[in-house]
Amino acid sequence: MSDSILYSVLLLMALGAIAAIVLYVVSKKFYVYEDPLIEQVDALLPAANCAGCGSPGCRAFAEKLVTQDDISNLFCPVGGNEVMKSIATLLGKEVAEKEPTVAVLLCNGSCSVRPKTTQFEGPDSCAISEMVFSGETDCQYGCLGKGDCVAACDFDAMYMDSETGLPVIITDNCTSCGACIAACPKDLIEFRPRNKRDLKIYVACKNQERGGVAKKACAAACIGCSLCVQECPHDAISLENFLAYIDADACTLCRKCVDVCPTNAIIETNFPPRKKKKSKEKKEIKTIQTIDINNNNA
Amino acid sequence: MATPIISASPHLHSSRTSKKLMYDVLIALIPAFLVSLYVFGIGALLVTAVAVASCILFEFLIQKYLLKTELTITDGSALLTGVLLAFNLPSNLPIWMIIVGSLVAIGIAKSSFGGLGFNIFNPALVGRVFLLISFPVQMTSWPNAIENQGKLVDAVTGATPLGIVKEGLQFGETMTSLASQIPSNMDMLLGITGGSLGEMSALALLLGGVYLLIRKVISWHIPVTMLGTMAVITGIFWLVNPEHYASPLFHLLAGGAILGAFYMATDLVTSPMTRKGMIIFAIGIGLITVVIRQFGAYPEGVSFAILIMNAFVPLINTYFKPRRFGSKIKIKS
Amino acid sequence: MLRTFSKGGIHPAENKLTSTKEIKRLETPKVVHVPISQHIGIPSEIIVEKKEKVAIGQVIARSAGFVSANIHSPVAGVVTKLDKIFDSRGYQIQCIVIKTDAKDPVNFEDIVYPLKKEIILSPQEILKHITDSGIVGLGGATFPTHVKLNINEDKKLDHLIINGVECEPYLTADHRLMLERADEILIGIKILLHALHIEKAIIGIENNKKNAIALFKNLTKNEEGISVVALAVKYPQGGEKQLVKAILNREVPKNGLPIDVGVIVHNVGTIYAIYQAVQHNKPLIERVVTVTGKKLKNPSNFWVKIGTPVKDLLEAVGGVPEDTRKILNGGPMMGKAIKKLKTPVTKGTSGIVLLSDDEAHRGESTNCIRCGECVYVCPMGLEPHLLMNLTEKHMWEKTYAEDIMTCIECGSCSYVCPSHRPLLDYIRFGKKLTNECKQN
Repeated sequence: MSDSILYSVLLLMALGAIAAIVLYVVSKKFYVYEDPLIEQVDALLPAANCAGCGSPGCRAFAEKLVTQDDISNLFCPVGGNEVMKSIATLLGKEVAEKEPTVAVLLCNGSCSVRPKTTQFEGPDSCAISEMVFSGETDCQYGCLGKGDCVAACDFDAMYMDSETGLPVIITDNCTSCGACIAACPKDLIEFRPRNKRDLKIYVACKNQERGGVAKKACAAACIGCSLCVQECPHDAISLENFLAYIDADACTLCRKCVDVCPTNAIIETNFPPRKKKKSKEKKEIKTIQTIDINNNNA
Repeated sequence: MATPIISASPHLHSSRTSKKLMYDVLIALIPAFLVSLYVFGIGALLVTAVAVASCILFEFLIQKYLLKTELTITDGSALLTGVLLAFNLPSNLPIWMIIVGSLVAIGIAKSSFGGLGFNIFNPALVGRVFLLISFPVQMTSWPNAIENQGKLVDAVTGATPLGIVKEGLQFGETMTSLASQIPSNMDMLLGITGGSLGEMSALALLLGGVYLLIRKVISWHIPVTMLGTMAVITGIFWLVNPEHYASPLFHLLAGGAILGAFYMATDLVTSPMTRKGMIIFAIGIGLITVVIRQFGAYPEGVSFAILIMNAFVPLINTYFKPRRFGSKIKIKS
Repeated sequence: MLRTFSKGGIHPAENKLTSTKEIKRLETPKVVHVPISQHIGIPSEIIVEKKEKVAIGQVIARSAGFVSANIHSPVAGVVTKLDKIFDSRGYQIQCIVIKTDAKDPVNFEDIVYPLKKEIILSPQEILKHITDSGIVGLGGATFPTHVKLNINEDKKLDHLIINGVECEPYLTADHRLMLERADEILIGIKILLHALHIEKAIIGIENNKKNAIALFKNLTKNEEGISVVALAVKYPQGGEKQLVKAILNREVPKNGLPIDVGVIVHNVGTIYAIYQAVQHNKPLIERVVTVTGKKLKNPSNFWVKIGTPVKDLLEAVGGVPEDTRKILNGGPMMGKAIKKLKTPVTKGTSGIVLLSDDEAHRGESTNCIRCGECVYVCPMGLEPHLLMNLTEKHMWEKTYAEDIMTCIECGSCSYVCPSHRPLLDYIRFGKKLTNECKQN
């Protein structure tokens, strides 16, 4: 009886000892040195793993930050300047400073202004429907409304507005990681600077057809009339292929272009309401999805 | 003209739908059900009704409250699982056991894998095997045929032909001495024997099987290969020692061989995708079934064999791919 | 046993409503819109100007590269503008707008050339004629024919296969052409045999066109080297690789072309165009189009000038029925749904098919039940369910390893799927992304 106990105990001890030796040898032989700095930098990063920086994840980005000598071309859009600054002090390297940006949708073709002339049957995917045809409306440049961008967003910063059929960007949540930009087959999303209080003015249209064609497809299309170009006192607006574009760097947010645009293709967000008279011609602007910073409960 | 529809090609579709496939299998099961109704009477109806109702109910409850997904109880798959589960149960099983079996089939074997199309194991068989292991006594006491018609309680119970043979051989008897105890091949073909609800009449099951083949719901590969494998292996044993091993015909007609071959192993979801894979799969089932029947502890092994081979299906799908067109360059003629 | 290809394939309802309808000439429209990109490859380069007068058959856009083709004016008239027009997918594409000269009789006559049997040109001259005439594959792929005929010296050719299969349901353009222009097609075949220095030609026709088979069997009785093969009816037999397999039992290697097994395949429509180009110097300015649909009053086959709006074709068959929901450019298996009726007929338009409300909808996609039917019908031996799955997960290395690039997009998988899964939609997307991934 006591023999069997003794043998079992000895056998277990022997097994334990062998396992311990194997583990020791393996851990020594296959030891990989890792700079402890990587761990520290990784801890500073937002751990969103969104790949907005270009690296496949935060860990890979941390490795890059530690190993590269010059990191001025690396930037974490989610963490922003704050995180980059703390990394810079930790590593003792120079980092770039970037103006905070936010994604905006360059299409204002809601269902009411851009009627659907066809009906798509197939997978709910912009990328696939884009391969099949130009879209359910007559505008071949506009939003397809299948929500690839919403599906791509990891930060709950987008949702589909069922009334307008367009995606809406919740600017507070947007980290400008760029996932939606990569997902949109029509290239309708771009980064614009956040400015003060998120004031933005931009042309929410990508239609490059002549005015008549564009207008026929969508009442809110940029028709290339060049009124805004003439109006702009700062030469911030350029016109190419019947499409106006506002250069965010040159724009002073004076709102003059918004007033002259005949199709309301130029959008202003988060500006205080206008005084008197102009309100009547700006009725349609209400269809534009501006998200109130203090009151977004979407 | 209404708003034109735009979609990618092809713009035509065959008239086959998943739902139709499910209902075709149900239609194919009607003859076997009628036989069991004739043999076991009202008990057969009761077991089937309870199994079907509880399967659909569990599917509904799980989809609605647990998974919160779209309800798909009308696609016929839960209905079919219920019927197949009932066909694998004795007609005098207590009702609460049937309900437990349905819960295991739908809840564990199907929904926990992600619902229709994602389950690895045949749900009805998982339910049956769960019950068989948990309640071996109730699951293997079969009411005797015909004489129990209409009786719900206190039915005379007895063993299945396979059980008689297994036990008899273990106690040193020979096939000749057992001959008087086991039903004739004709009786087994028609279904005048003991056993689970649906495995009674080989003839009725074959009739449904032929319907499935004609409707192209199943292909011949699995049933033919599986039964062929069984016949070959049991045939070899029988030829070596006919006193100690039952004949291949007995093996094919007894137990769940035909039910398994035509309805359980051919389950679209849990069988391989390619014809090549199907043959490998069916050979495996035939082999394991015979091994269990001849050497295992259980008299019957079809359900275990199918479940074991179900586990190999992903592997079979990976290694037995269709031959790619043009992958082998032929020499110019 | 009739010959056919061995792996996969389906047999949808044929619905060849117009197989007995003689090809009529569609009235020349007042204005034609000729797109400059009617073929696979680089769009042609416009060489006419606004207000320029053009003669019928005059080159108006020149081949702009190796894989490109000339485009000719289908009418005599005046170029009114260089504009944009909706293609069938709804994108605006560059086109040349020509106003037909209503007084010029050449626009409205049905010129019937006398049959010209003698082949007097040398192989080089024949190829030059084909190149100049802007001929592209008229079976639907629109690959420039002169590029296909430009065969590398080290490839050995022994067979010319003529594709008279027309495996698409509804379409009868090739069938009617074979019946009505059999002599010309035969000479076209001889021209190609002469130009390519090969001896044998085989005409492959599906067995649902028995009159065409009989006609060609009769015609080729005394022709050495030209034979007719009746094929079992099976889709997609019109695919080059399937056709070569069906007729010669040769398997074109993966990522290869029929030329790799010594075969070149041409559609009967292309052969007829070659005959006209070589013997009568007539460029490709018109083609046969089947306009059909179950609810149509008068489905027909037409000779249509390139650039004619689809609307005109529909008017000629008695207008669009009330419950039409889908109009297809091409057959129902591989054709594209048309978004705008202004879309012009191009070199690749083999048919206009109208589907009514009860046929036009797609079934609702449900879970894959792993029945393996898509694997069984795939003529290329692929696993469509797997490719769709991998595409959904964006696993491009794996899709490539699973040979997604060899998919011929025949749509058999989507056709049979009992769960109505959009298999081909995803596979097409997967092909595009896999290709992009491989190139980077």
